[in-house]
Amino acid sequence: MSLTKTERTIIVTMWGKISSQADAIGAETLERLFLSYPQTKTYFPHFDLHPGSAQLRAHGSKVVAAVGDAVKSIDNVAGALAKLSELHAYILRVDPVNFKLLSHCLLVTVAARFPAEFTAEAHAAWDKFLSVVSSVLTEKYR
Amino acid sequence: MVHFTAEEKAAITSLWGKVNVEEAGHEALGRLLVVYPWTQRFFDSFGNLSSPSAIMGNPKVKAHGKKVLTSFGDAIKNMDNLKSAFAKLSELHCDKLHVDPENFKLLGNMLVIVMASHFGKEFNPEVQAAWQKLVAGVAIALAHKYH
Repeated sequence: MSLTKTERTIIVTMWGKISSQADAIGAETLERLFLSYPQTKTYFPHFDLHPGSAQLRAHGSKVVAAVGDAVKSIDNVAGALAKLSELHAYILRVDPVNFKLLSHCLLVTVAARFPAEFTAEAHAAWDKFLSVVSSVLTEKYR
Repeated sequence: MVHFTAEEKAAITSLWGKVNVEEAGHEALGRLLVVYPWTQRFFDSFGNLSSPSAIMGNPKVKAHGKKVLTSFGDAIKNMDNLKSAFAKLSELHCDKLHVDPENFKLLGNMLVIVMASHFGKEFNPEVQAAWQKLVAGVAIALAHKYH
């Protein structure tokens, strides 16, 4: 699965808006994830997961920043996320099903904040992009 | 069996009251066909689905979206007994329509995204969680009679 030129343009444009609220979007995405899919909390027994917690905000920022890295190297997402891919494969070992859940929650957050820009076409491009990111992050699992 | 708390029911019914069923159904079904193009396999008779604008402008998509979401409204009236409420529709989707139940999950998530884009901040994490529970319950109910 690879991104078309049009899809890349859409993704980069939307990133411009997302990056302006990156930290808040990161925190909100995680909040949505933990409430809708409580089983995802099992990966964070060491965290204070209350909405507004410093750890949640920091971690949300990290996640969105990584998405940003992928956007900035959209022609080589595998290269941009190589270290993260190893981290997820050998240390974190988050079950692959969870990447879909996180991606969905990020899209819900973006839809809620940027409804006008989040057209069906933009939605399709971002869903595909996050799917590429997820594939890269699970590619070294076995 | 899915059980909804009073808060979850309130989160669902209060928002549902403000939903334009025709518009939301159109959006949700349209997005399904755009974002997951393989779902178009069930709609050969719908005519032009060749681009996002063709899909979103297609009158058959609009009509069918309304039908599907109206039926969803029945779920909301029967939250405590989704399986029996959807028994007949489940048989239909298995025996006549031959729809893989995975598609119910995909459509459910499209509806959640449409709700988020319409309601913005109001569709907060707690409200989303209630709606995720509902769409999951509907998907399970629709798959229940499969054999």
